[in-house]
Amino acid sequence: MIINQTVMLNLLAAMLASFGAGAAGALLSARWPRVSRVIGHSFAFVGSTLALALGLAGLAGGTISVTVAQILPVGGVALGIDRLSAFFVVVIGVVAAPSSFYAIGYTREYEGRHSLAGMGAALNLFLASMSLVVMARNALTFLAMWEAMSLASYFLVMTEHRDRETERAGWVYFVMTHAGFACLLVGFLLLAGATNSMEFAGWQAAAESVSPAVRNLIFVLLGLGFGSKAGVIPLHIWLPQAHPAAPSHVSALMSGVMIKLGIYGLARVAFDWLGAGPSWWGGALLVVGAVSAVLGVLYAMIDSDLKRLLAYSSVENIGIILMGVGAAMSFQSYNLPALAALALVASLYHVLNHAVFKSLLFLGAGAILQSTHTRNMEEMGGLIKRMPQTAVFFLIGSVAIAALPPFNGFISEWLTFQSLLLSFQISAKVINLTFALSVAALALTSGLAAACFIKAFGISFLALPRSEHAGHAREVGVAMRAPMALLAGMCIVLGVAPLAVLRFLSSTSSELIGSAPDLHFNWTSIVANDSFAIVSPLWIAVALVALVASIPIALRIFRTNTARRYYETWGCGRAVQTARFEYTATSFANPFKRVFSLLYRPVKELEIEFHPESRFFVRTISYRNEARSIFYDAIYGPMNRLLRALAERVRLLQSGNVHVYLLYILVALVVLLIIAR
Amino acid sequence: MTGRILIEVIQLLMVALGAPLLMGSVRKLKARLQGRRGPSVFQPYRDLRKLLAKEAVISENTSWIFRFTPYLVASVMLLSALLVPMLSTRTPLGFIGNIIVLMYLLLLATFFLALAGLDAGSAFGGMGSSREMIIAALAEPTVMIAIFAIALRVGSTSLDEIVRRGADDSLLLLNPGHLLAFVAFFIVALAETGRLPIDNPSTHLELTMIHEAMILEYSGRHLALIEWAAAMKLLLFLALLSNLFFPWGVASTLEPLPVAIAFAALVLKIGTLAAAVAILETSTAKLRLFRVPELLSGSFTLALLAVISFFFVR
Amino acid sequence: MTILLRKILKAPVVTEPDLGSLDDRQIEVIARQIDYQSRKLFGRSLHIREVDAGSCNGCEIEIAALNNPYYDLERFGLRFVASPRHADCLLVTGPVTRNMADPLRRTYEATPALKIVIAVGDCARDCGIFAGAYGVFGPVSSVVPVDVVVGGCPPTPQMILSGILSALTVHEPKQGIDRE
Repeated sequence: MIINQTVMLNLLAAMLASFGAGAAGALLSARWPRVSRVIGHSFAFVGSTLALALGLAGLAGGTISVTVAQILPVGGVALGIDRLSAFFVVVIGVVAAPSSFYAIGYTREYEGRHSLAGMGAALNLFLASMSLVVMARNALTFLAMWEAMSLASYFLVMTEHRDRETERAGWVYFVMTHAGFACLLVGFLLLAGATNSMEFAGWQAAAESVSPAVRNLIFVLLGLGFGSKAGVIPLHIWLPQAHPAAPSHVSALMSGVMIKLGIYGLARVAFDWLGAGPSWWGGALLVVGAVSAVLGVLYAMIDSDLKRLLAYSSVENIGIILMGVGAAMSFQSYNLPALAALALVASLYHVLNHAVFKSLLFLGAGAILQSTHTRNMEEMGGLIKRMPQTAVFFLIGSVAIAALPPFNGFISEWLTFQSLLLSFQISAKVINLTFALSVAALALTSGLAAACFIKAFGISFLALPRSEHAGHAREVGVAMRAPMALLAGMCIVLGVAPLAVLRFLSSTSSELIGSAPDLHFNWTSIVANDSFAIVSPLWIAVALVALVASIPIALRIFRTNTARRYYETWGCGRAVQTARFEYTATSFANPFKRVFSLLYRPVKELEIEFHPESRFFVRTISYRNEARSIFYDAIYGPMNRLLRALAERVRLLQSGNVHVYLLYILVALVVLLIIAR
Repeated sequence: MTGRILIEVIQLLMVALGAPLLMGSVRKLKARLQGRRGPSVFQPYRDLRKLLAKEAVISENTSWIFRFTPYLVASVMLLSALLVPMLSTRTPLGFIGNIIVLMYLLLLATFFLALAGLDAGSAFGGMGSSREMIIAALAEPTVMIAIFAIALRVGSTSLDEIVRRGADDSLLLLNPGHLLAFVAFFIVALAETGRLPIDNPSTHLELTMIHEAMILEYSGRHLALIEWAAAMKLLLFLALLSNLFFPWGVASTLEPLPVAIAFAALVLKIGTLAAAVAILETSTAKLRLFRVPELLSGSFTLALLAVISFFFVR
Repeated sequence: MTILLRKILKAPVVTEPDLGSLDDRQIEVIARQIDYQSRKLFGRSLHIREVDAGSCNGCEIEIAALNNPYYDLERFGLRFVASPRHADCLLVTGPVTRNMADPLRRTYEATPALKIVIAVGDCARDCGIFAGAYGVFGPVSSVVPVDVVVGGCPPTPQMILSGILSALTVHEPKQGIDRE
């Protein structure tokens, strides 16, 4: 099916118009908060659906290539869609549509407290700029849209700006994203200078002629820039602060989509702009990905704040995606393009899957936040009885993110495993060892992720409520449940019948790498590398359902006792069961804290205040067992101190004296005149 | 066609009906080693039959997850029984998944069992879930690296292929990587099925329980399903160990005679491994919980050495 | 480890045959409770949960001896379990003290039907030497319905074993007092 460019351009225009109308409408109706809220988010919903349509059309073969010379200098705004861009537009649409719809109900409680017009406008701007980032085709368009995306997301994060924690989170996010932007800017300018072109097509054509040293430098710079947006360790520190601080639908968008744009950038760098690079590029990404995956999930494991746990889990999944990209790069540098395409398919599939289930989880966390007014898991519990449908959706999300069959997370993690295991076809010992260790890292990650989400779901939803608020929780409205139901359904469909998605992914990665992936699939099974590995997600799901249904029937046929009696939990005969007897999130994570104490470096503080009269009576006991952030200790702390010291020195320049400033201007003018001669 | 269906049915019945017999045999052997006569080898069947006739007392704090988990866990074990090549390398349903799929299915069962442990709101259940998960998480890397070692030797992760090519290779046992991978996988099997020295399956002290603590709230038919599933898990792991690492005797066709020989060979191999488990359980004490990660890291090192040896011996 | 292994493999099976108790007068079977249905159900499989309702632990030591290789109650299909949810039979010792009356009742309720209660020791039968003390609530039968009483202070493991087996189809009590 060939979709001609007119259709594509129409879709693009409609999408941008919708976002524009949403932003404008939200701002114009600022006087009436409810109207502003509904207009802003409804148009965002429509725009996201159009983005989804645009992306699907792009995956089906449609392309765009449009340049508008006037808006930006040096080449204007250049937009284009190829399969990779279309795929990421689909990811944006898939997450943004449910999130915007959800926001219509969710933002009701911000009425009167915060600016809903600002939220609506910022959201529309955010979505539009993200879509345009993946469609950008020259450097300035990309950078301008990137910056717009960062600014819009900053305003969204700062929605609850009166909260001290949010203020700090916003500040860290602002600094990190602009540090990344600076790296991107320098990298882009170096590349543009070396290839004499600001167009991506120009870079692709001339990449081979750039000297290896400069290419390595550009790779490192762009890697740092895109990596900090993606949230890889150790550039991740903004993630666990910004994602919890933002409203839940914004967290869903940031975690589900925005950090994937860092992956988009890295994929472009590795396979498009810089051409085939030396083997250490792939190895470096693989190692960074493995470290991010393991450390991300370890930090998620000990966290009691539900949204921060989800944020760290995003770091973990970005690590997994990055491992796939690194593996693909390694395969390509060793001339195994089919395997490279396979690894890239695994990686991109995980991008889509993570977008779906992470946004589902964040929307669920938002529902919990709205019902119980707390993010602290230590105060939740028993919500499965009070919010039964949300519980089912959250459970589906948890099982999916733990990569368990028959849901979607399993398929992409299975594919990632297969591509890592196939590394034995490379015959370089160091690379083989690196891949072996990364297999171990991925396995450890998946085990820990399962444990982490048992904690997240089990402590929040099961057993008895641990606080008043949790005891009075109520199910959220249909407008908030419907998007969650849709995302949960997608988790199931993508897991059981991945055929359609795999076809698109296959064509995407073969376009990018230049060779079809080593993958055969039909509606029942997936085969990797010619019988190296095989899985049939459909039959697994069918068999499980059939068995689970037939066991009760078999029990009835054998005339077993089907009586059921309800009584209290067994507590060794004690008189009363309260929530204080339950396991808490901290206690659940305690074995992990002890086993991995080398990483967490917990700081134990025990203060006992005795009664003034006698040491045999205790007034209060205060116990703290917190994990120290090794990144602050090792990297950011010293860096902050260094910058402060430098800033103190530079401050001497700012004397406050107008005459000195006039002298500076004179000196600068003279120097420029000398240079310009 | 009928042969293919028949072999799957036989395999399913073998696992479903033979698992309690395996459990009974291990207990009987342990009793004999302890100098007592011990229960009959058919005792687990009697226990299960009795449990199916009792009522189920369910805690008021639980939710549907508590009632759903026993059925899911039993189903996962039955599905895994269809995947593992026990009698023949031509397992018709082998296309459902490779060894990685098998490991993740078992993780699915553990996931829901841990949730059920948290569901009743008792401290025992939470403790069991928490401990079970740290052990499962730390056993995962060993499993995957051992699989990597096997895949390196064979060039495939499909269970049928591994058994078939292993049977063709006459120098298998001389391969040091192979033996290292076997030891590592054996330790993981002990950890996953909750045997000594990681977890004592017959303890009464809640503070020493791991698997048992998660199922303290179960009674009646639910308990029967979970006990049955635990027995099936042990049988599956022993069958995997036997056929992946000592694949001789496994039939390569679906003819009756080779399959019968394969059955006898399997009984012999599983019997030997069960005896090894029983002897190990009788002669070692349970490890303190926070010494278990050391044991699992040791098994991980063995598996990694197996992989490295395959790289250098190629 | 090898020394231990050699020891294990050399030690013989020392289980004594079950000859029945020498003094079965102490075992009372309240035939009404242990009906044919329960005996058929528990066939050769009984899971026992031991409840200490304030005993001096003399009976506990004798009960614990049932697990050793000499008495080996597992060969009859009996097993001790940790949770009353897993149990079919409650083995109660001790004069029920005030503090343990409620926990005993809760343990009984937590056990799924069908279930048997066996009261072990003189204290469980009628508070023994503690009868009338200020901390004692009453005999076990005043808290939960009792099916078998095994008297003695403490009863020997053989007597306790006979008492338990009288609830199964295998073993008829030698001199049972049928209360009807």
